[in-house]
Amino acid sequence: MTLRIAEKKGEWINRDMPLTFTYEGQTVEAFEGDTMSSALWAAGIKVLGRSFKYHRARGVLSFANHDVNALMTDGVDTNIRADVIPVSHGMELFAVNTEGGVVKDKNRFIDRLSPFLPVGFYYKTFFKPRMMFPFWENKIRKAAGLGKVNFDYPRQLRPKRNAHCDVLIIGAGPSGLSAALTAANHGKQVILVDENRYAGGSLGYDHAADSSTSDKLETLLKQVSEHSNIRLICDAYAGGYYGDHLVPVVGKEGITKVRARSVIVATGAFEQPPVFRNNDLPGVMLGSAAQRLVHRYAVKPFHRGVVVTGNDHGYRTALDLIAGGVEVLALVDMRQQSGDEQLAAAVASKGITIHLASCIYEVIPSSDKLGVAEVVLAGYDEQTASARLEHSSRIACDGVAMSAGWAPAAALLYQAGTKMRYDYAVEQFVPAQLPEGVFAAGKVNGVYDLALRLRDGQRAAADAVRYLGGQDVEQIEVTQSFQLAPSHAYPIVHHPDGKNFVDFDEDIQVKDFINAAKEGFDNIELMKRFTTVGMGPSQGKHSNMNAIRILARIRQLPVEQIGTTTARPFFHPTPLAHLGGRGFHPHRLTAMHEWHVNHGGVMMEAGAWMRPAWYQPQGAKLTAQQAVQQEAMAVRNAAGMIDGSTLGKIEVFGQDAGAFLERFYTGKFADLQFGSSRVALLLDEAGVMVDDGVAARLAEDKFYVSTNSSNAATVYREMQRNLQLWGMSVTLVNLTGAMAAMTLAGPASGSILTELTELDLFEEAFPQGAIRTAEVAGVQARIMRVAFVADLAFEIHVPSSSALHVWQKIMKTGQPFGLRPFGTDAQRLLRLEMGHHLISHDTDGLTNPFEAHAGGLLAMDKAFFTGQRSLQILAAKPVKKQLVKFVLDPGFSAELPKECNLVINAGQITGRVTSIAYSEYLNRVIGMAFVAPDQAANGQQFDIRTDDGLLVKARVVQGSFFKLSAQ
Amino acid sequence: MPLSLLKYALSREHPAPRFFRDCTEPKKTYDAVIIGGGGHGLAAAYYLAKDFGITNVAVLEKGYIGGGNTGRNTTIVRSNYLTPEGVNFYDASVQMYEGLSQELDINLFYSTRGHFTLAHTESAMRTMRWRAEVNKHVGVESYVVGPEEILKACPQLDISCSGQAPILGALYHAPGSVARHDAVAWGYAKEADRMGVEIFQNTEVTGIDVKSGKVVGVQTNKGYISSGRVLSAVAGFTPRITEMVGIETPIVIHPLQACVSEPMKPWLNTILVSGSLHVYVSQSSRGELVMGSSLDPYEVHSTRSSLDFVEGLSSHIVDMFPFLGNVKVVRQWAGMADITPDFAPIMGKTPVEGFYLDAGWGTWGFKATPISGKTMAETMARDIAPELIKSFRLSRFEEYELTGEKGAASVGH
Repeated sequence: MTLRIAEKKGEWINRDMPLTFTYEGQTVEAFEGDTMSSALWAAGIKVLGRSFKYHRARGVLSFANHDVNALMTDGVDTNIRADVIPVSHGMELFAVNTEGGVVKDKNRFIDRLSPFLPVGFYYKTFFKPRMMFPFWENKIRKAAGLGKVNFDYPRQLRPKRNAHCDVLIIGAGPSGLSAALTAANHGKQVILVDENRYAGGSLGYDHAADSSTSDKLETLLKQVSEHSNIRLICDAYAGGYYGDHLVPVVGKEGITKVRARSVIVATGAFEQPPVFRNNDLPGVMLGSAAQRLVHRYAVKPFHRGVVVTGNDHGYRTALDLIAGGVEVLALVDMRQQSGDEQLAAAVASKGITIHLASCIYEVIPSSDKLGVAEVVLAGYDEQTASARLEHSSRIACDGVAMSAGWAPAAALLYQAGTKMRYDYAVEQFVPAQLPEGVFAAGKVNGVYDLALRLRDGQRAAADAVRYLGGQDVEQIEVTQSFQLAPSHAYPIVHHPDGKNFVDFDEDIQVKDFINAAKEGFDNIELMKRFTTVGMGPSQGKHSNMNAIRILARIRQLPVEQIGTTTARPFFHPTPLAHLGGRGFHPHRLTAMHEWHVNHGGVMMEAGAWMRPAWYQPQGAKLTAQQAVQQEAMAVRNAAGMIDGSTLGKIEVFGQDAGAFLERFYTGKFADLQFGSSRVALLLDEAGVMVDDGVAARLAEDKFYVSTNSSNAATVYREMQRNLQLWGMSVTLVNLTGAMAAMTLAGPASGSILTELTELDLFEEAFPQGAIRTAEVAGVQARIMRVAFVADLAFEIHVPSSSALHVWQKIMKTGQPFGLRPFGTDAQRLLRLEMGHHLISHDTDGLTNPFEAHAGGLLAMDKAFFTGQRSLQILAAKPVKKQLVKFVLDPGFSAELPKECNLVINAGQITGRVTSIAYSEYLNRVIGMAFVAPDQAANGQQFDIRTDDGLLVKARVVQGSFFKLSAQ
Repeated sequence: MPLSLLKYALSREHPAPRFFRDCTEPKKTYDAVIIGGGGHGLAAAYYLAKDFGITNVAVLEKGYIGGGNTGRNTTIVRSNYLTPEGVNFYDASVQMYEGLSQELDINLFYSTRGHFTLAHTESAMRTMRWRAEVNKHVGVESYVVGPEEILKACPQLDISCSGQAPILGALYHAPGSVARHDAVAWGYAKEADRMGVEIFQNTEVTGIDVKSGKVVGVQTNKGYISSGRVLSAVAGFTPRITEMVGIETPIVIHPLQACVSEPMKPWLNTILVSGSLHVYVSQSSRGELVMGSSLDPYEVHSTRSSLDFVEGLSSHIVDMFPFLGNVKVVRQWAGMADITPDFAPIMGKTPVEGFYLDAGWGTWGFKATPISGKTMAETMARDIAPELIKSFRLSRFEEYELTGEKGAASVGH
């Protein structure tokens, strides 16, 4: 462990728990608490990955969850972020996207080809001639992507949690901690979230060798942990800000969806790299990354190094480096003068030479190109962003710490709708106008001094408490003044040979921006899309700000006129399984579900419901087709029963109930007799058929309406919506789940039912369409005479709680009569034999009643019904297609045409088959089809084209199919 | 390494011209004004210049070119629609796309990968057959396939969708493709500009001047521009423009959302769509999974993302590909889709003379970019809509002559 140093107060590693793992086959020793990167760095291993485009060697950049060039695979998972994910014992790690190992990556030659690959090169080549594109595309796809997905990765269902609070504080650095204490002391329930393993933010590493900093942190953490109003969640990030203060807090195990009454964003700022040639070599890292290495992991970032800075933070970094045992050879300040005199004096007192108005012109790589050998110092002319080489000198070293400035971690603020402005005193975007209930504190708010950040946290919390109604809470003022801004206005050093990287994810150099602008991509959004800056996995956390500065310089515009790109969720990339959660797929089961299953029911999904498609009788080995025909024959010759509980069932009552149904449906209901029913056809405003149910009148002010199973929710919703619009005195009760229904059908159905009810079932007493209330098998039931599947059939509605009892009683009673249960497949056949169309099966999203022979259901003389106006217009136009019944020739034995095979006339499409089935009872193939109006006459023949392109003759039938059979 | 890249290595100066000029001051008058610098508007400008020699054209874009739905869609191009009118129209677009890189001299990464619309229910299978039969009739390569053929193209797919929604089959559409969407806008901009069309970014239309039923000019934040021909090609902003000329359309605006994963080594070589699971997914040449879902269920003029969308989508993606659990979503976004009652576009003339509409593109606009540009250019040049787009005319709604694409367009991207 060449770079591990003596114990640091507050370090995150547990020296009592050593562990070993391998990296690229090499055994590495580490401690529990090390991240992959810190463990490797401690072991002196500096090549942690290869870059996406040029396959350049890369090491540590940020230690802040955007080291996108240090992605690992452990054989199970991929694209693991080595800078933040802890290493564990026995892991076998490899860098992703290399060929032949990270050090000897075969693709490293691409770096040398980079002059051939200017920005947007792929738009300019690979497509001439056209036939060559697939060849090149194949090569590009091979080179693309980062890690390989493991196709055996197990399916994971991760739970989601919900939480609520008065104040959600994002970021537990100094301002977040102090905000939490302030809000909690005012009695507010606080959730405080931080993406790091431990709270504290920069207090934990940005010490500038001041040992009292960790004491301050300890005190704050103690207060927070002891406060009963504060819930601290670490190791979890706020994934995004969504409307009405909804913030998904993404932890290792899953997501907690926090709905807060107010949100304080104290997310801090991302340190930004200065841009100079070879600023990406392993060993060149951000100052804050070096500080994190020293204080969190007790690792020396390098042995002898140089600090390059554009702000005071570089001075703090230098002091922390010395505290970490690094020999700091020079401090290179790109500014004309240093800022904080005390800091400068402290640095100078350590014997470090401070080079003002200077820059690193370039870093000279070691001979293997895997590390730093020397840096070239030069003067810096900020006006021209160029190095003054007349003053250049070289320093041999093995590392560089960079501190050019900051970019606010403002993604959540943007997502909340915050208007930001560029503050030249801070050289940073800061909130100008925050949305209601959203507050910002600390660095993200442009406040940098530690004492002021603590105060800014209090200020934001006081604002939040006042927003939540605490009018008596005093307003706190935070004023800061800078001698020099915490960020450098233009920390960019041009170099004729390039490789001065702005975006490390995507390998984008300064010249790429200049060239993109040259080609016309000179606004920030177009530049982003053409150069792909900020489009990599770190989403521009270290690159967007420099890109904006470069573009501003190119356009010679002030930074605020360049603007920013839109910050979209997620703050950090978020796993699909976290977002997907448990993946609930709820089904609805009818009261008879178990019975169906126990009696061989083959269950199928029907919308939200599970329904038997057909039954396999005990001990039998029927095919589906055989079973369906037998079930249908039972209905025709004896009796059958189907579970119709899935029908929509809605009670409509109130003084306007009749009038409401008249407006809602096409038919007349105001004059409907008690105890009788009518077909209820629902149209949309365009006159398209939506549903056909039955509306029965139970009393003057009470109707019982059924809908098609698949439309139960739609019809209820439309009723509610129209009720709001029309303002009628009607109450709706959705009984779809509360009531079960079963249809007993067939010639023996009356005889069976008679044994279980007192009700007079004879034709005169109980005609077609009648509804009666009576006991069936001792249970109060609503019974309707219906004729959907057979001429004689009873629909029996009972409370779901009693339905199984009634069902079983009827089945038992019916046994001697030959009663069989039938499923949805037989039901479809039976209704087809009866000549009834099924809406949305035989009709489509444009079918009107005139096309489906449903004109008889339209009471056009009513004052109003939904769709009436459209029908008045349609009635004046010729019908374009017609739904007809048809038969195939007797004895048709070839493969049946399929539903949705087309009707073809003289090479043109004139319609399609909507239903087709063989009926054993009729011994014919029957069906329904849309045809042209001139093909719709009784007995007329038309052609159906099968999948194989054969034409099959069909004949239109206008009466009943049963009469046909009798002929 | 293609030799055409050599010049970049040999030159210190980046030897590439501007794609299009930086136009800032509009002239007083143009032969045609196009509102909207997305793919459609730019394509219309290009074909006006190329096919009809009308080059005195201004394209007005309130943001940056391609910044609306052109840059927000999931880049799928296909023609497996439901009505013969729709299939013919989109097929013409596919055929134009196939040679468009060469025509515009920019690599659009037009990549024909095949497109499966998965069916999880019998009724979905019926619709697939309907579409397949209509497609075949019109000469478009689509057919119904079973699970084996789907697995052959995508062996990683869990055909049972984790037991939640077993796949019964699919509509396979061989010409289904993806393309680099931004480049389509840039390519049209480049070539239109070359022929003299002027493209104005950051130029917002604030009013349209109509006199005696005729368009005479537009007001913009950069001054008044007079023109007797104005095309609106603004997708989700259509209601604001039509309001300016006082015409009504049945368009409603729903957000449509999408998201993209971290890059991974390409493994998904086809385009998969599931209507039941509300998912479409393909993998880009960068290695990202590009994923989308159906329209948001409510009308709203907003491009803000919702958590609800990405939760639902992720759940279904993991149903289809259980091993993707730890693959991460990097970014989500939304666009505003202009939806018509029949899910077909509105194209052509309007009751206001000289005011042309290219709208109602809902979730299917990108794939029609070339053909809409070409046909709208013809409509503007000749003041008569070509046969191919007659069934998309605005008046069809009052005539009850809808072009029913609902079954093919509602989720099938």
